[in-house]
Amino acid sequence: MTSNMRWKVILVLLVLVLAVWRSSYTFRFLSLDEAGKEQMTEEQLENLKANALSLGLDLQGGMHIVLEVDKEGLPADEAADAMERAVEVITNRIDQFGVAEPSIQIEGDNRIIVQLPGLKDEQRAKRLIGRTALLEFIAVAPPAETDIVLRAIDRALVDTLAASGELSPESETGLPLTEAEQLAKEHPFSIRARYLQQLPFFLEEDVKWAKEQLERIDLDKVLPANPSDPSRPRYRIAWGQDARQFGTEEKYRAFFVLEEEAILTGSAIVSADVRPGLDQDNPNAPGVSMRLSRAGGRTFAKHTGSHIGEYLAVVLDGSVYKAPVIKSRIPAGTPTSITGGFSDEEAKDLAIILRAGKLPAPMTVIEERTVGPSLGRDSITLGLRAMAIGFILVVIFMLVYYKASGVIAVAALMANLLIVIGIMATLPVNPRPALTLPGLAGLILTIGMAVDANVLIFERIREELRNQKTIRAAIRDGYERAFMTIMDANVTTLIAAAVLLRFGSGPVKGFGVTLSLGILASMFTAIVATRVVFDLITVKWNVKNLSI
Amino acid sequence: MEFLVGTKFNFLGHRRAAFVLSAALILMGVVSVVVQGGLKLGIDFAGGVLLQVRFENPVAAEDIRSTLDAIGVEEAEIQHFGGDREAIIRMSAQWAEEHDVAGEVLTALNEHIPDNAAEFMREELVGPKVGRELRGKAAMAILYALIGILIYISIRFEFKFAVGAVAALIHDVAITLGFFSLTGRGLTLPVIAALLTIVGYSLNDTIVIYDRIREDRRKLYGKSFVDIVNTSLNESLSRTIVTSVTTLLVVLCLFIFGGEVIKDFAFALLIGIVVGTYSSIYVASPLVVEWQIAAEARKHRK
Repeated sequence: MTSNMRWKVILVLLVLVLAVWRSSYTFRFLSLDEAGKEQMTEEQLENLKANALSLGLDLQGGMHIVLEVDKEGLPADEAADAMERAVEVITNRIDQFGVAEPSIQIEGDNRIIVQLPGLKDEQRAKRLIGRTALLEFIAVAPPAETDIVLRAIDRALVDTLAASGELSPESETGLPLTEAEQLAKEHPFSIRARYLQQLPFFLEEDVKWAKEQLERIDLDKVLPANPSDPSRPRYRIAWGQDARQFGTEEKYRAFFVLEEEAILTGSAIVSADVRPGLDQDNPNAPGVSMRLSRAGGRTFAKHTGSHIGEYLAVVLDGSVYKAPVIKSRIPAGTPTSITGGFSDEEAKDLAIILRAGKLPAPMTVIEERTVGPSLGRDSITLGLRAMAIGFILVVIFMLVYYKASGVIAVAALMANLLIVIGIMATLPVNPRPALTLPGLAGLILTIGMAVDANVLIFERIREELRNQKTIRAAIRDGYERAFMTIMDANVTTLIAAAVLLRFGSGPVKGFGVTLSLGILASMFTAIVATRVVFDLITVKWNVKNLSI
Repeated sequence: MEFLVGTKFNFLGHRRAAFVLSAALILMGVVSVVVQGGLKLGIDFAGGVLLQVRFENPVAAEDIRSTLDAIGVEEAEIQHFGGDREAIIRMSAQWAEEHDVAGEVLTALNEHIPDNAAEFMREELVGPKVGRELRGKAAMAILYALIGILIYISIRFEFKFAVGAVAALIHDVAITLGFFSLTGRGLTLPVIAALLTIVGYSLNDTIVIYDRIREDRRKLYGKSFVDIVNTSLNESLSRTIVTSVTTLLVVLCLFIFGGEVIKDFAFALLIGIVVGTYSSIYVASPLVVEWQIAAEARKHRK
């Protein structure tokens, strides 16, 4: 054995040992059943998991969402660190919700990617993450002011309708308008409102219509101006969170005219807990009890003391949850609360959100990919089955076609898979590339394509043998001639795989990972490893007939 | 065992017939795309919401539709998915803006279709902006892959070879897309990944043959270019077929056993590998030959 040869043998053995060792964690982890997991200590299991291939969300089930943060309208100093704060708030919320191994990352300058593996209740998580949770305590405009606003809306709407020609001057019958018709024509908006305790309500089925009408007019101009800053309106419009039933079957929703400026916001809250019995009308309904900071408590006391008899709205993300009448001054230190027909779970989530703080800016889910646990399990089962069947077929083909040399090719193929899995489980990049469903497909594809390098070599060796060369010479020339072809042919697939790594997201990237690693590993096994085996065999046994 | 060794097929003799076949296949795809008003885009590129649900027992699409009507989901597209127990519901992203899609639809399905429990399998939501971005990203990915490959082959081979190889690639992608259109499948991100793989694979095949042509030109100096290319095609034929067979075997397994989620992806690979193998013999090399013949004719005229 030459020293060059000895080094090659050592290299091949080293790679093989490393591949077997690094991929063994994955096989042990995947073959563990529940009983097996229970027998291990937590530390052992953690260690096993940390060294095993991680599965993508599409295989283990889970949620991937991309949120876009709307930084428009934030003052420059707040916008600067809005993303970091948003990530912090989301992290807080998820930690309290309890998800194993969440990943929260900033992408670009206004996006956040949240990945929650193995999630049971993705809808709840989504509500928890994406909700701004801007809690505000706002004074409701006095009834007279509310009326003024409603009239102003009426007038603006009449103008808009007239401008678009939707308002016919005559009644449909051609007769002069009755008094009721005249009233409806002049008050197209407020005519649909019903009053209860001096607050306007709209029929539930009218709410959508009413919102549409409000969209049509320029509310900022219609609302009276703010005395301290005439460029801003003094009030804002808000709707009740829940519809209310007044004796009859009909459901109504409250329409609020609120002061533009809030008395207090959620930032004044120091603690929040779920508690029943906060709503006197409905003692079993869960609610969230909140404690205000000292300064917040003082502001609250001052306002309640000077506005007795008026309504005070508790507003969350723009919807009014409750609007009690202030009966007396509420001294600092008294817990305040929010109720309003939520379930136990919703109340719990709200408390989490309020504790974790509000998001610095509103967010929208612009992309979501969630895979349920059953589909993930199915995908693994089906993918592995396709892989096993494909592998067996390729093995049979190679053995029949190349006989004993086929055994070497098959061994190389197995080594190939172990190398890919071993590398994927070891790569020191963070996050480590996970095995996704397309990634699994890439691995399957690799089985078919990886034999190509060996096929090229074997076909060359056969040719050389046909040219009456000795076995040793045929092997040497076969490998040498095939080498450049193998390089050339694989580089192009590598270029395609590299592009996938660069541009792909999630699952597709996983495909690029397995494809490129598979090709690299196949080049190593075909050019170096099988060559060593051939050389060893031919030198050692002085083979007269090469079975190829 | 050996087969296809020492063959003397006159591949290039049939090159005109092959050009006609290729043109017909491409045309078929183009007609299908035009008739359908463009390639069908999956939600990755078109934007929208996809919800996959599994029922305990077979379910009728009409029952799902009436449930969706009841909760105000308009213009949903309902499709059975790998059997009559599973369905995919596609809808515009509009409804999803104000509703919790999976939660509300599943609750409604379980209420309206009693005794047939519905289970959540998958939800994908792609906003219109993201859809546009992904379209751009996919286009860039294909562009960069093509540029990278062009540069590589121009370095390694003469220009006319590069032209043949790239024409073969475009041929393969066009025919694969044509089959997608014909079978009513939509383009998604994994399908783009499959297309890029086809590009890589088809080139792999082409390059092996080109390498052989380069080698044979030295070995068979003095023979006509057509004869040389024919010899190279025959010499590399067994390798071409063996590799295609092993690759097709695994892709077929993926297509048949891999499950519905990656069926379109496997379908693209399946078509692409068959077409890619064909094109490296009947498109890439014949084009180089045509180019060479034309060049020689020009030289003679001078």
